[in-house]
Amino acid sequence: MIACKDAVRQLWEYLDGTVGEADRAALEEHLDRCRRCCAELEFAEELRGFLAGNADDDVPPDVMKRLNTTLEELSADDT
Amino acid sequence: MPEQKVEAAPEDQVESFQRLARAQLPRLYAIARRLCGDDAEDAVQDALLKAFERFDQLDDPDAGPAWLARVLVNCCHDRHRHDARQPAEIDFEALERFSLYRKIALEDPFPYSDSLHLDFLGGFGREDVRAVLLMLPEHYRTPLVLVHMYGFATKELASLLDIPLGTVLARLHRGRKLFEQRLWDYAEQTGMLEEAPR
Repeated sequence: MIACKDAVRQLWEYLDGTVGEADRAALEEHLDRCRRCCAELEFAEELRGFLAGNADDDVPPDVMKRLNTTLEELSADDT
Repeated sequence: MPEQKVEAAPEDQVESFQRLARAQLPRLYAIARRLCGDDAEDAVQDALLKAFERFDQLDDPDAGPAWLARVLVNCCHDRHRHDARQPAEIDFEALERFSLYRKIALEDPFPYSDSLHLDFLGGFGREDVRAVLLMLPEHYRTPLVLVHMYGFATKELASLLDIPLGTVLARLHRGRKLFEQRLWDYAEQTGMLEEAPR
């Protein structure tokens, strides 16, 4: 069975589905027997959600105004 | 009779571009803030002008939002290319050994918490996350931000940045580990680990 350090190294890739077949089988065998690495896997999933959940931003009104001005000033001659 | 591609009149092109870009401004700005920090507005301005110049090359209107985002990513990337600062050295051996999950469990910053790890993440606001991302070198930050926050595929990113897929995957791996490490560092430096009095 692979060691915890080798399992932990691949958890994000496992969630991405980019681990090769043999590595995935070895990792799943490890996860079947190691509660701590299962908990790490759950935390890796949380972290992925955490990143995705912090993707939005409010555009400050003055920035939005300047960007809209740029758009309004575009003319057919610029293409 | 063979189908003929109907060229839009220039005025229509301007309006079509404005409509597309206006709808995408919040997303473009959000991406730029995470890739370019304080240069975000300038990067979006660059991207709008460059995209408009090439708008006639966009054949599929449904692909407009993704196309616009790609133009922006290139603008952000170009800005970093001109940045001659040397990135801080990273101890990759230590990085490979680092696990945020275990660090939190070991240090136990909130001894009375029933959900220690979630409470740790819950301490970060949107601006904190952005600040942590900006602590990462650009070539690790870009894949992390684009893949995990804005849904870019790794193959798409490889083509966009003109680097091999294996390089994107390696940078993504290191970017995630660095992000975990920097989350902890940031929490320590900003006093987030000091538990509020009960």
